[in-house]
Amino acid sequence: MSDTTQSGPVLAADGTPLKRSLARALRMQKLRALMLIAPLLLFILLTFILPIADMLFRSVENRIVSDTLPKTVVALQEWDANSGEAPGEDVYAALAADLIVAVEAKTHTRLGTRLNYEMTGISSLFRKSGRKVKRWDLAEDAPFKEKFIDIDKDWADPEVWRTIQTYSPKYTNGYFLNSIDMQKGADGAEARPENQQIYITLFQRTMFMSLVITASCIVLAYPIAWILANLPARSANLLMILVLLPFWTSLLVRTSAWKVMLQQQGVINDVLVWLGLVADDARLVMINNQFGTIVAMTHILLPFMILPMYSVMQTINPSYLRAAKSLGATNWTAFWRVYFPQSVPGIGAGSILVFILAIGYYITPEIVGGTKGVFISNRIAYHISSSLNWGLAAALGAILLVVVLLLYWAYDKIVGIDNVKLG
Amino acid sequence: MKLTKLTALAASTALCAPMAFAEMADEMTIVSWGGAYSNSQLKAYHEPYSEKTGVKIINDESSAEAVAKLRAMNEAGNVTWDVVDVVAADAMRLCDEGLALEIDADTQLAPAPDGTPASEDFGELLVSDCFIPQIVYSTTFGYRTDMVGDTPPDDICDVFDLETYPGKRALEKRPINNMEWALLCDGVAKEDVYDVLETEEGQEQALAKLDTIKDSVIWWSAGADTPQLLADGEVVMGSTYNGRLFSVIEEQKQPVGMLWDAQVFDLDGWIIPAGLSPERQARALDYIMFATDTQRLADQAKFISYGPARASSAPLVGQHAELGIDMAPHMPTDPNNAKNTFLYNYEFWADYRDDIDAKFQAWLAK
Repeated sequence: MSDTTQSGPVLAADGTPLKRSLARALRMQKLRALMLIAPLLLFILLTFILPIADMLFRSVENRIVSDTLPKTVVALQEWDANSGEAPGEDVYAALAADLIVAVEAKTHTRLGTRLNYEMTGISSLFRKSGRKVKRWDLAEDAPFKEKFIDIDKDWADPEVWRTIQTYSPKYTNGYFLNSIDMQKGADGAEARPENQQIYITLFQRTMFMSLVITASCIVLAYPIAWILANLPARSANLLMILVLLPFWTSLLVRTSAWKVMLQQQGVINDVLVWLGLVADDARLVMINNQFGTIVAMTHILLPFMILPMYSVMQTINPSYLRAAKSLGATNWTAFWRVYFPQSVPGIGAGSILVFILAIGYYITPEIVGGTKGVFISNRIAYHISSSLNWGLAAALGAILLVVVLLLYWAYDKIVGIDNVKLG
Repeated sequence: MKLTKLTALAASTALCAPMAFAEMADEMTIVSWGGAYSNSQLKAYHEPYSEKTGVKIINDESSAEAVAKLRAMNEAGNVTWDVVDVVAADAMRLCDEGLALEIDADTQLAPAPDGTPASEDFGELLVSDCFIPQIVYSTTFGYRTDMVGDTPPDDICDVFDLETYPGKRALEKRPINNMEWALLCDGVAKEDVYDVLETEEGQEQALAKLDTIKDSVIWWSAGADTPQLLADGEVVMGSTYNGRLFSVIEEQKQPVGMLWDAQVFDLDGWIIPAGLSPERQARALDYIMFATDTQRLADQAKFISYGPARASSAPLVGQHAELGIDMAPHMPTDPNNAKNTFLYNYEFWADYRDDIDAKFQAWLAK
């Protein structure tokens, strides 16, 4: 008995303080747990986190100018872009020195492509100059200013030099400005000319259409999930297969099927004309516009809404409804006050899934979207695979990512993320 | 005596060795567009080459994303493709980016049978140092013969004439070609089109002309769209590649006619990615030497209606391998079809592509 009243730290059986012994045991346990998840952690790090970080980095990275034209960038620092005159001979001499090296390494055309995103014509300016500069000698051929202007009069254009100067830092916000319809002007950021503004419109449209698609998914999926959850298991399974069937069909096939259904010479229009509801020369336009995109995407994303709703509804005890009714509630009150609140976590989970999938959708809008139904992801894909302006694509992607995270945060504040259940 | 002979022999083998016995990879990946086009290459190039050398050829159908993928492969330091089929504009960009190997036409490509060096045989079609032309194709219009009444369209401006030819048109969802056609039909002379298109006002003018038919246009992004839309009767006329229209008309027997006026010539051909190992590069060069000689290029035209890029191949173009019809009248380069043509202006679009595309897309979204 006297042992328990002894003062000082509690000791483990081997005489070490219990606290330290416990900590060691826990550390071993934590380490083991970490070892177990290490493959997954590594996998996610390598295939998910790192590529995203790399992509985000590209949206500000701009080393190519100072790497390709190191001497010119330094010489150009002194030049005043607003003077309205081309820089002096020292800058042209530096350019000649840089270009001779760049042509040797064949990097001058790559720089031309990069700067052409900012000012039209620089691409061919560099390609053309490269061919001539190749034959120059730094010591013998000076001075260079006249020679460059001989190759192309654009070398005397202060705008060309302003572009090089503006984009000489290693990091730039130019891509981000571009993705919100702005540009780096003579005095800081300014709005792009109106006939080039497109990204804000596309972001808004992407948001709006994703919301409409999510809403129509909720409306369509709720009754289906309710039926599935309340039918006997045998018929529920059969219906479940019908829900999953589209899942096993190629996305392209489903989208093309909608084309066949909705086009002007398509199934629906043919039926309407046959029934006499629509005149043959006034067939409805239901595809290659927003309507077609919303219909096709709602259909494609519907299972992502039905499945979480179904699994949540299955856990709702039917006796609650019976209890409500036996206490005098009408059908509607019983549903609205008792059943619906319990199914909200399923709606929440389905909505997040559908909305986030919809916001990044690309193939379906590309095929059935026409001009009014395309999403921001179609422009991102264009800049990745066609224009090769990866910096701009990265900036657009980064903005999209931030928007999704913001919406997720707002959702957590308003609905609460604990209120989301997948079953 | 014997000794000198032996040394001479040894010396000559030593000299020849790197040429004749250079290590070459025995497997190669060739990237192309898929569909009927890849099939024509399989028949005309791949099968004879495999037969001759025993090389295993793997086909990849990624040409549509070739530039982006090659750039990504290059950044990752692992280029898995050996020969890639791209359009000339993409070849120029790959060359600019240092992603494609520069080719010396006279030493690395086969001369014509009469000894004309390759650089003369291909002539001005060698638009980039990295590009080995293969075919001439054109982007042109097809129309539904049963939807245009008794006066089929024979002028490019009929595309803009909604009164005579009501109905939808299919146009490609990019500014290239559409802007030129619009200006041409808005009174700009053919030789001035690119001078006008360089200016802000010229671009506005072209978009304004396109605006007159904007509501009647279905915009396509895949070459197969227009043939499908024509077959379904969704559009009365639409632009696409001439080979696609050939197969709609001759193979599928649809009521479609060709509107060759103001067709835009473009080139398609091979590039070899930069940064291949020496064995794979040697193999790729050997394949290119074989596959772009005069006979092989003419052979491809048996399977698809694209014109061979060599002048010396033209007389050898014969009949379609399965349909047995003469291919010459279906070639975009045939004198009857080529009365009024454009050649894709590579320099212009390399410079203006980004700028005009931004305006074009903003106009589309309006």
